[in-house]
Amino acid sequence: MKNEFVEALANLQENEAITIAQKMLESGTMAEEVLELAQQGVDIIGKRYENGEYFLPDLIMAGEILKEIASLVKPRLSKGATARRLGKVLIGTVEGDVHDIGKNIVSFMLEVNGFEVLDLGVDVPPAKFVEAIKEFQPQVVALSGLLTVAFDAMKDTVNAIKEAGLRDKVKIMIGGGQCNENVRQYAGADAYGKDAVEAVALAKKWIGGE
Amino acid sequence: MTSEEKQEKMFEKWLSPSGIEFVSAEAEEAYKSRANRIKKAIQLKETPDRVPVILGVGLYPARYTGMTIQDIMYDAEKAVFAYTKVVMDFVPDAYSGGPISGKFNEILVNKQYKWPGYGLPPNADFQYVEAEYMKADEYDHLIEDPSDFWLRVYLPRVFGALEPFTKLAPVTEVLETTAMNSFLPFGLPEVQEALNALIAAGNEAVQWSTKVREIGRTLRANGFPAFGGGTTRAPFDIIGDTLRGTRGIMLDMYRKPEKLLEAIERLTPLAIRWGVTSAKKTGSPLVGIPLHKGADGFLSDAQFKTFYWPSLRKVIIGLVEEGLVPRLFAEGGYNTRLEVVRDIPKGKTIWYFDNTDMAKAKDILGDVACIMGNVSLSLLQIGSPQEVEEYCKKLINVAGKGGGFILCSGASLDNAKPENVHAMIQAAKEYGVY
Repeated sequence: MKNEFVEALANLQENEAITIAQKMLESGTMAEEVLELAQQGVDIIGKRYENGEYFLPDLIMAGEILKEIASLVKPRLSKGATARRLGKVLIGTVEGDVHDIGKNIVSFMLEVNGFEVLDLGVDVPPAKFVEAIKEFQPQVVALSGLLTVAFDAMKDTVNAIKEAGLRDKVKIMIGGGQCNENVRQYAGADAYGKDAVEAVALAKKWIGGE
Repeated sequence: MTSEEKQEKMFEKWLSPSGIEFVSAEAEEAYKSRANRIKKAIQLKETPDRVPVILGVGLYPARYTGMTIQDIMYDAEKAVFAYTKVVMDFVPDAYSGGPISGKFNEILVNKQYKWPGYGLPPNADFQYVEAEYMKADEYDHLIEDPSDFWLRVYLPRVFGALEPFTKLAPVTEVLETTAMNSFLPFGLPEVQEALNALIAAGNEAVQWSTKVREIGRTLRANGFPAFGGGTTRAPFDIIGDTLRGTRGIMLDMYRKPEKLLEAIERLTPLAIRWGVTSAKKTGSPLVGIPLHKGADGFLSDAQFKTFYWPSLRKVIIGLVEEGLVPRLFAEGGYNTRLEVVRDIPKGKTIWYFDNTDMAKAKDILGDVACIMGNVSLSLLQIGSPQEVEEYCKKLINVAGKGGGFILCSGASLDNAKPENVHAMIQAAKEYGVY
């Protein structure tokens, strides 16, 4: 049953995965173990995305199935169980831009790869990034933006982080739509990632997860 | 008439715009040679005298003239000034884009957009607010009666002022002696208020378009063809952008693929009709089709071939048969789609690429379609004129070989250094001569 569950999840068979998870929980499998198995499935999903077998619809479907599994499992979890995390990443779409598809993929892939991600959403003003850095204390800040207005907003955000005296505490990556190496230089970020796979590689390199 | 003859007829109209008095013989001559240059680049029969260059103006006219975006969305006269000036100053072969009215959208309480003066600061770009404007269980309604779905479900959800339209009766129930029942909702105060909003929106639409029509008239009179015309969408995007949203449509691909495909098929003839009627109103053969959810990374090859391309291809063919020229704006990258979209009639379309690899595009699509675009907005905004010149020169060499290429920014201009825009236009004139 356990293998079937991992497989159903990895193959994004929603009904099968949920039914098996339910059966496992009913027949006494610990909630923690179901989560552990779900993580195995998610690892396969992440690999398939990296290998170009899975795309956006598949990640969205995966997110949906995981949400359902989480709601089954959560009431049965023993308190205080926390997963091991590689490090913390703060992410958001910069001020003036409300696009979130790319950012959500990056969030998902970072989480799949074991990072604790705090997602500030869209149209995030520089001050909010600064505040969140102080509270959440991430090692990495990821700035997303599709529109060209994002170039200046990214620059303003990096400057605000600098002015708050936090620039040497975080590595900053940018990505999305019209971004490239020129925009990275312009904004004063540490790196540009062209997709979610590069974002994960950068975070691993910086935090030393590999 | 064959589609070939129809296309020639459409181009003839475009080449000799009716009701335009050119400001001079030179302007008329310039108009014709520019329009002809573009026509040759599209048709792939002859090599034009040089690579045409288009100014896709977007919201740039505001920034170029030192106005805010809010200014040009709320003051038609300012918009006319800015849009006219930007084209006259840069002297491209043609231009695309025009202003939209903030007030019109405000009257209807449009929830699908945020714009400067309405949820955004004066100088922000207007932006689409994606949401589930159609629910997952509403496919049957959409498929059975799209117009009814639009009138009584979609409009009330998208336009706050039209919310009372949920109370209307289906118009197909207006029959014989019981017809009156269908009119009862029009007696409700809230429905009447919605109807008043429609009248106000109509008035604003007429006022706005009457004023901004001046842009096209002045520019044509001065020798600049409009590189626009009709508009339509890929059926998948109508559902994925506008109705269900990205998350919605992608879950539907898993949970109800048959319904989704049925709805796509239902919307396809409507998309063709929209493109044809909107283009014929303008007298231009071009039909702009912005493509979104089929870009690289959004769908797998199999998903693209199943859900996205067959209906888009039908729309393309439907427009081509009417003598029109679909101008497909492939935002983002289209590298993995080139082989698939090659399956189209020769010399009948323009593929407007954002950051697709243009050497590859030329290689794969070059013998069937005109390709266009690719000068990145970031280069135009933060690069130097030398860098722009260098980039355009290389691009012309790679993508311009033997004709079939139009130089243009990779997407509509937002922010750009004027000297960089000049460098792009100049590059076509200097390095684009065949």
